[in-house]
Amino acid sequence: MGDADPVKAIVTPVRLEYQCSAGRAATRFLRGLAQRKILGARSRPGEPVYVPPRGADPRTAELTEEMVEVSDRGTVVTYSIVRVPSENIKLELPYVCINVLLDGAGIPFFHVLQNCPLEEVRIGMRVRAVWVPDAELAPAVTSIRYFEPLGEPDVPFEEIEEHT
Amino acid sequence: MARDLGEGVLRGLHVLEYPYKRSLGPVLGPFFTALREQRILGIRTRTGRVLVPPAEYDPETGEALDELVPVGPGGQIVSWCWVARPRQKQPLPHPFAFALIRLDGADSALLHAVDAGEESRLRTGARVRPRWAEEPQGGIRDLACFELAE
Repeated sequence: MGDADPVKAIVTPVRLEYQCSAGRAATRFLRGLAQRKILGARSRPGEPVYVPPRGADPRTAELTEEMVEVSDRGTVVTYSIVRVPSENIKLELPYVCINVLLDGAGIPFFHVLQNCPLEEVRIGMRVRAVWVPDAELAPAVTSIRYFEPLGEPDVPFEEIEEHT
Repeated sequence: MARDLGEGVLRGLHVLEYPYKRSLGPVLGPFFTALREQRILGIRTRTGRVLVPPAEYDPETGEALDELVPVGPGGQIVSWCWVARPRQKQPLPHPFAFALIRLDGADSALLHAVDAGEESRLRTGARVRPRWAEEPQGGIRDLACFELAE
């Protein structure tokens, strides 16, 4: 910016640093990711499996102490095309964020979709997780690099409607 | 990255940051442009009050304002608060005061930092003068802080 140019804008960053405790439930989920496992939890058999687990069933407040491994494959139930950059997701723009209902899970899970042309993303599309190499596995969501299309037939809308 | 605490529960740093860029408009644009040139501008309302920092609209009547006037550079402390342990992003790395400063010729006060050395040197009504940044960037920190004038 040359000194002759008027000042037309200023940068006003907002930054908050938190020391977060994952808590017991999410800690087990994160440790599972370091072993290529996606762990949810439920209060008892027949009840929804929450992924990631928060420790209790939000409908009944019952503890969800039973850990259940869900599949790393699932169905896109909602998605959003991202066209603005952000610091924490360094992917080439535009890319797709998805809510994916993993097989065996009772609620969708948030991640990004790659290896898929934008115009082909759709609700009902089958996808799978692509994991980082073993040496990079860590107790963090970044152990899953992204999801990609699985090539299976779509799931009918009626079967996932409650999650869309 | 998460680290392991004794009880096996993971803990980690979570940073929430938004690098907002704000466009300034017809009043704050000239204010920051002048600041880069080590001048401070206020704005005059219809009743003759001078507001610093300048507002686009009279806060009492809602009238649009456009009469920018120079103020300061000296002023006096209207109110202040000592910051004994500054945080990382605050204006000064050592203890300082945040103060409301009424610049000469102004009727309202500007919030800024005062580098006073120690708390006992501060008082309401104390005269201050600006210390300018060595390399202006086009922002409020072009006015690095105020310091006691006497």
